[in-house]
Amino acid sequence: MEKLINEFSFGLFFWQLLMFVLLVILLGKFAWKPILSAIEGREEGIKDALDAAEKAKLEMANLNADNERLLQEARAERETMMKEAREIKAKMIADAKEEAQAEANKTIANAQAAIESEKKAAVAELKSTVATLSVDIAEKMVKSELSNKDKQLELVNSMLNDAKLN
Amino acid sequence: MQRKTLGNILSIFILLASFTMQAETVSSGEDSGDLKSEIKAYISHHLLDSYDFGLYSYTNDQGGHEYVGFPLPVILWDDGLKVFSSSKLHHDEGVAEVGGNLYRSYHGKIYNVTSTGGELKMDDHHHPENRVHLDFSITKNVFTIFLVSLLILFVFSRMAKSYKNSAMPKGVGRGLEPIIQYIRDDIAIPNIGIKKYKRYMPYLLTVFFFIWIINLLGLTPLGINVTNNIAVTLALALLTYLFTTFTANKNYWGHIFWMPGVPPLMRIVLAPIELLGTIIKPFSLMIRLYANITAGHIVLMSIIGLMFIFKNWLGSSLSFFLAFALSLLELLVAALQAYIFTMLSALYFGSAVEEHHDDH
Repeated sequence: MEKLINEFSFGLFFWQLLMFVLLVILLGKFAWKPILSAIEGREEGIKDALDAAEKAKLEMANLNADNERLLQEARAERETMMKEAREIKAKMIADAKEEAQAEANKTIANAQAAIESEKKAAVAELKSTVATLSVDIAEKMVKSELSNKDKQLELVNSMLNDAKLN
Repeated sequence: MQRKTLGNILSIFILLASFTMQAETVSSGEDSGDLKSEIKAYISHHLLDSYDFGLYSYTNDQGGHEYVGFPLPVILWDDGLKVFSSSKLHHDEGVAEVGGNLYRSYHGKIYNVTSTGGELKMDDHHHPENRVHLDFSITKNVFTIFLVSLLILFVFSRMAKSYKNSAMPKGVGRGLEPIIQYIRDDIAIPNIGIKKYKRYMPYLLTVFFFIWIINLLGLTPLGINVTNNIAVTLALALLTYLFTTFTANKNYWGHIFWMPGVPPLMRIVLAPIELLGTIIKPFSLMIRLYANITAGHIVLMSIIGLMFIFKNWLGSSLSFFLAFALSLLELLVAALQAYIFTMLSALYFGSAVEEHHDDH
């Protein structure tokens, strides 16, 4: 301790104090202030840029989500439209089929009715023809009987057979 | 012959600090005791300040000392201002006559030897009695302080200018910027607080770079040792103390003189202890820096000296590697001490401006 006090140099202390205070003041003015403000400014800039990037990313994500949603909606709409179209198609086919069936049934019924009436007409004509024929035959038989009895009988029989065949 | 060799050996001590091993013929002599005391004297001489900037010295063929370096101005306040060149002192060996007074330097101090006819008068403790009044000489240490201050000023003002053109600094500022940011983000802000740290930044940055660079210069072969002067560390610690004291808020003084949360009687007891604590804190700063750097220099130089005491290739080379490893350690210590000084200063500033908390 005594050595320390003995070695203490006031001059060195004085110059160190003076020089250091001067150094702090000068550096503070010409170096630390501009350096620190530059660093701060840069950090601020970096922070702002990062914030902006983050914001842009968020917006991008939002945009993507919107797009996705729109796409989803469009898909759903297409799905429903197609489903409706299919339903309409099926319904149309069914309707057409039904209509055709009805038409066909009607045509068949008409045809059947025509056939029936034609048949009736034909039967009536046949009946009248048979009646005329019978009358003719009867006339001829009567004429033949008047000439030959045996022959007349024979004629009648053969006529009848013919008629039956007819 | 042997004295010449010894002189040569001593002259390269400082060169060895830069790890340049020089082939040197070691004398075969039996004077290891003499060598030891010479090394010891050299180390103690190295730890002292000197009036000229000596790079190294050697002993010439006539047995006289030759000094390589340059003289510095001696400024004394002793019956008026006395300014003269240190070359007049002839490295403690001559008497300088200035303005009718005779001056002589001895172990890094200057003495007025007018009354004793040019001779030093020693007291009982073997200290010269005739001291001068005030000595403002530009000694080797003062010169180094000026040099380092100018260097720091130059480097950092240039770095500040380089920000004008771009957001990134150029050149040496690239490496220094992270240190500045570290001091701000890991020393100033955590200890002082985000609100008030800005006021202390110039001091903290200056103190860190000043101590660091001047410590590093102490490891160069120039034989500079500024921070192992108690005067230098006292000046730095005093500034920390003054800065703490004059920026302290009510809360800080309240904790010293009227400690909250303890009984009134204890408060009276605590007040002087706390008051003493404010002085002990910077005092520890002063001693820590001084002792660490001094010890580093002594140990490093002793181990370099060991090389010449061993005088064989095994011991000497081992000492060399030890000195090498220790030099690397000293590089770390140089930065570490600067960091610790800055860190603790920030801590004291932080306690001075701490806001009142209700939790105690």
